[in-house]
Amino acid sequence: MERPLTQHIKNDGTWLTLKEYEAAGGYRALKKALQLPPAAVTQIVKDADLKGRGGAGFPAGKKWEMMPMGKETPGPKYFIANGDEMEPGSFKDRLLLEGNPHQLIEGLIIGSYATQARFSYIFLRWAYHLAAKALTECIREAYEAGYLGAHIAGSDYQLDLSLHISVGRYMCGEETALLNALEGKRANPRAKPPYPIVSGLFGKPTVVNNVETLSNVPHIIANGADWFLHLSKTGEGGTKLYGASGRVKRPGLWELPLGTSLREILEEHAGGMQDGYQFKGVLPGGGSTDFLTPEHLDVPMDFASVMKIGSRLGTGTLIVLDDKTCPVGMVRNLEHFFAQESCGWCTPCREGLPWTAKLLDALEAGKGKMEDLDILAFQVDYMAPGNTFCALAPGAMEPLQSALHHFKEDFERHIHEHKCPWN
Amino acid sequence: MTTEEKLTIAEKLEILDIYKNFPQKSTACMEGLKVIQKYRRWVSDAAVKELGELLDMSPAAVDSIATYYNLIFRRPVGRHIIFVCNSVSCWIMGYEPIVSCLKTRLSIDYGQTTGDDRFTLLSIPCLGTCDHAPAMIINEDLHRDLTTEKIEPILNQYV
Repeated sequence: MERPLTQHIKNDGTWLTLKEYEAAGGYRALKKALQLPPAAVTQIVKDADLKGRGGAGFPAGKKWEMMPMGKETPGPKYFIANGDEMEPGSFKDRLLLEGNPHQLIEGLIIGSYATQARFSYIFLRWAYHLAAKALTECIREAYEAGYLGAHIAGSDYQLDLSLHISVGRYMCGEETALLNALEGKRANPRAKPPYPIVSGLFGKPTVVNNVETLSNVPHIIANGADWFLHLSKTGEGGTKLYGASGRVKRPGLWELPLGTSLREILEEHAGGMQDGYQFKGVLPGGGSTDFLTPEHLDVPMDFASVMKIGSRLGTGTLIVLDDKTCPVGMVRNLEHFFAQESCGWCTPCREGLPWTAKLLDALEAGKGKMEDLDILAFQVDYMAPGNTFCALAPGAMEPLQSALHHFKEDFERHIHEHKCPWN
Repeated sequence: MTTEEKLTIAEKLEILDIYKNFPQKSTACMEGLKVIQKYRRWVSDAAVKELGELLDMSPAAVDSIATYYNLIFRRPVGRHIIFVCNSVSCWIMGYEPIVSCLKTRLSIDYGQTTGDDRFTLLSIPCLGTCDHAPAMIINEDLHRDLTTEKIEPILNQYV
């Protein structure tokens, strides 16, 4: 089984230096890309059907293709790597950022060339201190080796790359909020359209891609779209970093073919449940995805299949709910997170999330009433997609609506027994 | 404003150096706050006002940004800041006993600083190390797979 993203990553807490990365074939894809017209590079990524690994699954090639090209385009154009990994339960980009920063940088340069961007940024969350150290060092090495700056690898292409270290807030992961943060403002989302590809950073055309997405790019250019499509177990191409946390025997992170079943990830790679704990449910891709339950274990973990059964692949990092953990308590923890991280820009999210969190506080304290369940169902509709500026509140409703569906009895027991049955 | 609260020339130069790269001065606001905090651990009202003067922004405009970001501190903090992850995987794996242990040991609640100015205790959303929950960061150091027994030896590393 091929593991292009992680095969060279060491397990000793150090990252691949430029020398090591080049010895493993690094920056050859960049040199190859620079020999091609930009549109041809975009076409290869489009043919590979590289779906965005940040959670939404939008094909990177299609995004690049929308970048306005030609001399009349207002510039400078920007290309940004989103390394603001803050989705609860997600820890996949950390490995790529800490273990192989040059792989990301090479992908970023190739993407910037394909879209003819002049400046690029890596937007990194504050908590990833080791990644910040690794990226600073690797960006310096890349400049010294002529992979950044003027005349990249002897070509006419020029690109500058800066590392931006954020100062908190989950909102920054939303791409238009990220742009506001980069501009030094409050990270409120922007109305779309116009999309960043038309009017992004400082009002200029801008691409924002996730770290895992970009780390795939050098391999696609080096090995071709067909190779990438055949890495997976399903129609969607590539490998995926899958993870698991919670009461499993071996919590961790694994690069596996896209479309590996939920059962295989949980039972073979995570080692199954810890002794004395039963599997009750799972959030398949971070805090803002819908719960799946034992009947869903054979689903192939790709974008289309998980969507079909009413959830989302999201970040591909499983958060496992066991039988000794209260599902109402788990949703309460999540809704407190979302309420805290709401930027307050639009009313449904600013008002609805704290209300939701308080209702769950009451339920968990044994003070809930049956009509509270109707109010929670109302909140789910109130914060549905289309009613808010960005995806934060609709995402927050995904674990809630699915918990109300799958664990209805557990909610009702809190009301009838006037206490949390797990306490 | 007392003299010692004034931004130093070094701080001002560092901030000016940031905004020369940007189309608008105000773009340097967040970076400017980071510079001030690097030298002073927190951002006072006086510093907000001075940064505003430097970037042609009103103090209110600067403060609207300073108070948005949870890692810009508008109140004094201790020499070491403890950030305990309170998100979902750490909750499942039991971060609450860890927090109770820290609160008892330090005799402070969230948002407070010990009398000797040594520790400030804060909660933080998901630290992205969920396969080693529960976790916390002290200053820039990540501490994982926490148990209450590990707390005392960890705290002793920070004087």
